[in-house]
Amino acid sequence: MAKKIDETQVRKVAKLARLELTDSEVGQFSGELSAIIEYIEKLNELDVEDVEPLAHCLPIHNVFRDDVVKPSLDNEQAIANAPDRHDGYFKVPKVLDDTSGA
Amino acid sequence: MLNELLNFTCKQLRDKIAGGSVKSVDATGAVLDQIEKLDPDIGAYISTCREQALETARSIDKKIANGEPVGALAGVPIAVKDNMCTSFGATTCASKILQNFKSPYDAYVIDKLTGADAVIVGKCNMDEFAMGSSTENSGIQQTANPWDITRVPGGSSGGSTAAVAARMCFGALGSDTGGSIRQPASFCGVVGLKPTYGRVSRFGLVAYGSSLDQIGPVTRDVADSALLLNVISGRDERDSTCVSKDIAGDCDYLAEIDKPVDGLRIGIVSEFNKGADADVQKAIVAAIDVYKQLGAEIIEIEMPHFEYAIAAYYVIATAEASSNLARYDGVHFGHRTSAPKDYVEVYSKSRAEGFGSEVKRRIMLGTFVLSSGYYDAYYLRALKVRNLIRGDFTNAFAKTDCIMMPVSPTTAFKKGEKTADPLQMYLADVYTIAANLAGIPGISIPCGFDASDLPIGLQILSDVFTEDKLLRIARMFEAKTDFHTKTPTVIA
Repeated sequence: MAKKIDETQVRKVAKLARLELTDSEVGQFSGELSAIIEYIEKLNELDVEDVEPLAHCLPIHNVFRDDVVKPSLDNEQAIANAPDRHDGYFKVPKVLDDTSGA
Repeated sequence: MLNELLNFTCKQLRDKIAGGSVKSVDATGAVLDQIEKLDPDIGAYISTCREQALETARSIDKKIANGEPVGALAGVPIAVKDNMCTSFGATTCASKILQNFKSPYDAYVIDKLTGADAVIVGKCNMDEFAMGSSTENSGIQQTANPWDITRVPGGSSGGSTAAVAARMCFGALGSDTGGSIRQPASFCGVVGLKPTYGRVSRFGLVAYGSSLDQIGPVTRDVADSALLLNVISGRDERDSTCVSKDIAGDCDYLAEIDKPVDGLRIGIVSEFNKGADADVQKAIVAAIDVYKQLGAEIIEIEMPHFEYAIAAYYVIATAEASSNLARYDGVHFGHRTSAPKDYVEVYSKSRAEGFGSEVKRRIMLGTFVLSSGYYDAYYLRALKVRNLIRGDFTNAFAKTDCIMMPVSPTTAFKKGEKTADPLQMYLADVYTIAANLAGIPGISIPCGFDASDLPIGLQILSDVFTEDKLLRIARMFEAKTDFHTKTPTVIA
């Protein structure tokens, strides 16, 4: 039987998820995810035509509060965990040189 | 020899400490000694905070000596799962990507614990990002089940439940997205409560499946569960899904814990029990018999959509996870790859190096079910089935006070037994997952042992925001049985 998610699809999804996978992981995930998705398709047994989707189990609504400044992290605390930083900013490699179009 | 201070429950210890007959520093010292003695074999703690704990304990002892008022957990050593942010030590989520992460703030529940004068002794191991049912997915270390160290403690809050079972703390906090408090509580012979979604603020809980995640207590008995819930519940404006008191109710869960529920109606689905191992089936039937003897009425109910819960869950939870875990970008915090060739690699290589394989698998699955062309077929359909599952519970609770069933089809399995096939591991969550989809509370209480002397848990589920009743129902069983007083041989 054809796999529910073949290696080409695995690579595409990995790119969407910004997750670099090794060739062996691509093969492994194709097999494992196909088995899981096949199981998930059990959901197709049910008629859900007239059922409302339930994203959240309790009624939720926007919560408003007054627009008042409250204590928050200062700059040093906010970037304290950054892997690389410069003058109080997060530091990353150059973005403009990238031509991959990603 | 077990230090006899470790035999007290949280409630007993708190009363002794507040009354001045036991010093918190002695109880805390006993816990730290127990950790030193047993944790090399159990591996429940990712980190401990010895000096800070002793210092806190001494300051509480001093308050008491000065006659100052103290909180509901005064001087009681408590552990927390390592997905709850603490402004001290590291918060790793058992992931290499967060191995050196130091939170700049405390989670709401940490504020509540320290506000109640608890002594936080350490942070417990877990499946990485709470994704798993055995704690074997931890990127940091392995945890053993105190009842048999060749077996898993369950998961994902396996460190918290192992620590409580092995008396390496008096109580702990875990988190439950699909059974992650109840299942390890069952495997470790302790009490685990998943409160109603919205009962406890998730502020500072590292997110996995945001519409499903809920923090709850892990304790040795039901009264302690009520005590800890008293401390950690309540409205928090920093979590917009945390419900206000007019909806959630406001009560002292401990006050009427010993008051039985009159005319108790218990819903069961006989067919569910048949899916469990023979020893588990036997223990559940015997537990329900205890309630019958107490005068409860047993009502056979139908839950036609229950069997679809696992399928719906692994769509919804992974979709939410793929979105939540997008924040691990190698830029703001967490691991960054050493020599990225461009900014895309900062992202994709850091994540590849930092995440373990179960986390990658769930990110992949979640990204897939949300991706263009598949959203309606998987994600939207799963949300609709979620509604049907909630409907099953609404119908059931119209004629019952609670539903009883096993927590897990098996007792604690051997390390490595299920790691080869992820789907088989997922299927073991069959009894716990529906509660998270419906947002209802559920508890696991010790109700027996299998032929190998491994603990079995009884799961009790009740309607949203009825934890007061749920805890009283659980206490009715506990008052008539002594399973919760049994201890693993490792601590003797």
